[in-house]
Amino acid sequence: MSRQSMRANDPKKVSGELFTLTYGSLVAQLLQDYENVDDVNRQLERMGYNIGMRLIEDFLARANPGRCYDLRDTADKIQQAFKLYLGVSPSIGSWNPGGDEFSVVLDSNPLAEFVELPDHCLGLRYSNILAGVIRGACEMVQLEVMVWFIADQLKGDNVTEIRVKFIKRIEDAIPAGED
Amino acid sequence: MSFLTANLSNHVNKPKIHLRVIELAQKCLFTLTSSKEQKQEEEETQEKMSSSKQRPSILDKSLSRGKSEVSLTAYALLFSEMVQYCQNRVKTVNELHNKLSELGQSVGVRMVELLFVRERNYKREIKLLNILLFVKGTLWKSLFGKEADKLDRATDDERIYYLIEKEPLVNRFISVPRDKSSINCAAFIAGIIEAVLTSTGFPAKVTALWHKGTTFMIKFDDNVLARDKQLEGR
Repeated sequence: MSRQSMRANDPKKVSGELFTLTYGSLVAQLLQDYENVDDVNRQLERMGYNIGMRLIEDFLARANPGRCYDLRDTADKIQQAFKLYLGVSPSIGSWNPGGDEFSVVLDSNPLAEFVELPDHCLGLRYSNILAGVIRGACEMVQLEVMVWFIADQLKGDNVTEIRVKFIKRIEDAIPAGED
Repeated sequence: MSFLTANLSNHVNKPKIHLRVIELAQKCLFTLTSSKEQKQEEEETQEKMSSSKQRPSILDKSLSRGKSEVSLTAYALLFSEMVQYCQNRVKTVNELHNKLSELGQSVGVRMVELLFVRERNYKREIKLLNILLFVKGTLWKSLFGKEADKLDRATDDERIYYLIEKEPLVNRFISVPRDKSSINCAAFIAGIIEAVLTSTGFPAKVTALWHKGTTFMIKFDDNVLARDKQLEGR
């Protein structure tokens, strides 16, 4: 028990386990409510999108990241945000020749601690909320991107890899709508 | 491997002198068969690997030490999405509380497993007061980084206890709409407490109330009190 009292009581941090288990209970609830993994994947992405739209404001205020001049800048910021919000440092890589597509590679995924995918949920993209967060956050800074998982440790891959593809620059700012 | 575990359970009833002999005999048996088994196992895993990727088991890695931290912003936004999702699927405040409590319960049962293995060395808790102190101390510290503010007992009903938390983490960024002022999203935490108490053998109903910040009202089943008195009498 003395171990816990050693934790520096940073008011801006919460226990990673509380976070992981809370997310787990949400996914379990969605699986119960929808009974179809594709719908669950979609719902998780949508929730992530909503989170991303609000998270970007916090990120701009806190990290003071400055302007991005190309997609490589953007990738760096995404990396920085993972560190800031989830406490993990992904690596950025696997750029395609055109330079408009890259991977965010996570060695460890804080969402997936304590998680094992049962056989009937193999189609579930457990951490799909992250894809939504990236998409939502980028959209708020006028970048339309496509985000999807290409590898997941829960499915036996060595790393968790999220692919991000630049689609276009959004010219007119659309007002934020929540669904 | 399975015959080993089956034999182990027989040990309990046998006199001690024989134990050592049986153990030795088993070891011999095991070494004889093990090389064969190993080969078989290896072949099996190879087959599995070739047909599909083997998914990792959570038992393959050691238990987390509970030191990881994430940003409060990330948690607050995730929780807000959860509340919105629940709210979209219910009609009344009561249903919302139940739904949040259910979500909390699935966190609670897992916290019990985790904490009793990691912090308490598998030691079971049998006294009512101690389990309440466990909730107030150990559980609260590992979830929220601090102890709960206060533990109180109702004066008129011995089944009821109050756990008081002035500003629960989950409520910090939630503003309650004026027309539904009774909504308290700490119902999620109430669900955690309820699951912890129930799965440690102290079935109770826990509700979150707006009183001195947030008060969690814990109402134990009658038989919990009866058993605790019996234990005291011993």
